[in-house]
Amino acid sequence: MTRKVQIFIMENTALAGIASQVRRDIVRMVSAVNSGHPGGSLGCTDFLTYLYFEQMQHNAADFQMDGKNEDLFFLSNGHISPVWYSVLARAGYFPAAELGTFRKLGTRLQGHPSTDKNLPGIRMASGSLGQGLSVGLGAAQIKKLNQDPTLVYTLHGDGELQEGQIWEAAMYAAANKVDNIIATIDANGRQIDGDVDEVLSLGDLQQKWVSFGWEVLHMDGHNFDSIRSTMQQAKSMTGKGKPVVIIMKTEMGQGVDYMMGSHKWHGVAPNAEQLQVALDQLAETLGDY
Amino acid sequence: MEFEVFGNKDTRSGFGEGLAVLGEQNPDVVALCADLTGSLKMDAFQKAHPERFFQAGIAEANMIGLAAGMTIGGKIPFTGTFANFSTGRVYDQIRQSVAYSKKNVKICASHAGLTLGEDGATHQVLEDIGMMRMLPNMTVIVPADFNQTKQATIAIAAHEGPVYLRFGRPVMPIFVKPDAEFVIGKADVLAEGTDVTIIACGHMVWKSIEALKELHAIGISAELINMHTIKPLDEAAILKSVGKTGCVVTAEEHMMNGGLGEAVSQVLSRKYPVAQEYVAVNDTFGESGTPMELMTKYHIDTPDVVAAVKRAIARKSIII
Repeated sequence: MTRKVQIFIMENTALAGIASQVRRDIVRMVSAVNSGHPGGSLGCTDFLTYLYFEQMQHNAADFQMDGKNEDLFFLSNGHISPVWYSVLARAGYFPAAELGTFRKLGTRLQGHPSTDKNLPGIRMASGSLGQGLSVGLGAAQIKKLNQDPTLVYTLHGDGELQEGQIWEAAMYAAANKVDNIIATIDANGRQIDGDVDEVLSLGDLQQKWVSFGWEVLHMDGHNFDSIRSTMQQAKSMTGKGKPVVIIMKTEMGQGVDYMMGSHKWHGVAPNAEQLQVALDQLAETLGDY
Repeated sequence: MEFEVFGNKDTRSGFGEGLAVLGEQNPDVVALCADLTGSLKMDAFQKAHPERFFQAGIAEANMIGLAAGMTIGGKIPFTGTFANFSTGRVYDQIRQSVAYSKKNVKICASHAGLTLGEDGATHQVLEDIGMMRMLPNMTVIVPADFNQTKQATIAIAAHEGPVYLRFGRPVMPIFVKPDAEFVIGKADVLAEGTDVTIIACGHMVWKSIEALKELHAIGISAELINMHTIKPLDEAAILKSVGKTGCVVTAEEHMMNGGLGEAVSQVLSRKYPVAQEYVAVNDTFGESGTPMELMTKYHIDTPDVVAAVKRAIARKSIII
C-alpha cells in the first residue's frame, strides 16, 4: 500500500520562521519545568525543521508505528527532546498545546523520548546514548527486505560518539552495505563537562567515519542553503552500497545570545527573567502554544 | 512413577529446530546472531533463509539495537548468543530499546548457567533470570527439555512483546511429549503429591524427576511443577498446589538471588506463607568442570532436591 505523503520545497524565510517558533517553544518548555536541555535543542532546530518540513516523506496526520513507505527518523541523543517535540507538534503530529505538558506528571512528552505513552512521531525510546544508530540500521535493513524504497535518518550528538556501540553499528553498516540510511552528527563540540576535545577527544572524526567505510559530508547546521544542498546530496548518494554520514557544524544554544559559545546551557533551563531575554530575540511566527 | 523418555538432546537444539520451523511458517521471523551460529544451532534457519538471517559479529549491543529497529517494519527478530552476552552485556540496550520501547524482540539465550561447563565462570551466567524478570514488559521463559524448548520457540513468535528465552548446552533426557502444547504462563504439573510441592525450571526439572523416584522410595509424596514461565508466573498453580502440600522446594540452575525461588517466595509471602527451601546457586561464581560435576559441586543436583524436600517437610509444623 502506498501512503499519501507530501513534499514541499520551502523558502528559506519560511523555514527560518518555523525555526524561530520552535526555538520559542524550546525555551518556554524547559523554563516552565526548570529542567531539560535547551543548548543542543537550539543547535539542532534548523536541521530538524528542514528535515521534517522539507526533506522527509512522512505522514504526520496518520502516524503508524511500522513506518512502511515513509521516511523514518530516530533521535539517538534523546536529551534534545524539546526540539523534536516542538517540530513534531508544529508538523502536525499532535496539538502544539501539548508542549505545555513537557516533563509534567502524566505527560506523553517524557523528559527523554518514549513510546511508552504512544506519542505520535516516536518509534523508539532514547536517552541512554549510543543506541539510535543500531536501531536505525535495523529499520533500514527491514526496509530493504520489505522492498520499501524510503530512507532512515538518525541524529547523534558528537559527545555521544564516545559510546562504543556507535562504532559497532558503524562497522556493521559498511560491512552490510546498508545504503538507505543518512546519519547526522550534531558537531557542536560541547558536552556536559566541557569541550568534547577536552573531555574525550574524538580525534579525526572525518577520517574515523571514512575508515569505517562511510560516505562523509559536511554542512553548516545554521544555513538552510547548506542544509538543503547537503541533504539532497546525501539522498543522491543512497542506494550506492555505502552508508552516509553528515558532520553538521552547529552552535550549542543557537539563537539565544547568552546561551551560545558555552557548554553551560547543555542541561540548564532559563529562569523567568532569562526566558524573557531569550523570547525577545525570537520572533513569534506561528503563535505560542 | 514412570516418566516416558523420548531420547536425549540438548535444549539449544530444540531452539534451532523451532527456529527452522518458524522460518518455514512465518515470513516475518528474522534471526540475528553474534558469531555463535553453530553453538546456537541457528544454521538451519541461516541456510534456508539467508535473506532473513543477520550476522552481527561480536557486537551484541549493536545486535540488540538492530533487532529493536527491525520490529518497526513489522518483523519478529530472534537474537541468539550465549545467555551471558544476551543479558548482562546488553542490559541497558534491552532495557531502553526493547523492554521500555515494548518491541517485539525475542532474546534467545543459550549456554545458560553452570552446565555451560568447561568454559568457566566468565561464561556461566547465573543472574540472567533475575535481570530479565526485573524488566517491565518482559516475558521470561525457561523450558525444561529439547521438546519444550522447540515448542516454546514456536510459541513466542505468536506472542506480541519482548521475550527472554533461556536454554542450555548439555544433553539431557527428553520427557515433554513431542506434541505437547506450550502455553506461556501456564505451568505443567508433572506429578501430583500431597507432602511437598517441588517447583522447578530448566534442567532442574529432570533433576527433580529423578528426585521423585528417591522420595517415593522413602514414602514422601511430592508434587512436581514444571514452571517453564518465570514471568508472568502462574500464581494460581502455585497456590493450588501449596494449599494442598503446605511446603515448597524451588529448584533452578540460577543464583538464589533473583531467580525462580525468589519469584515463588514473593507469591507465597503475600498470599500463603509456608516453609520454602531453595535449590539454587548461593551467591558464588562457578568454575570449570563438566556440567554434571558442577551441578554436584554447587548443590543443584538430585540429592540436593531430596535434601531440600526433607528440610521443607520438617519445617512445616514450625511455620504453620
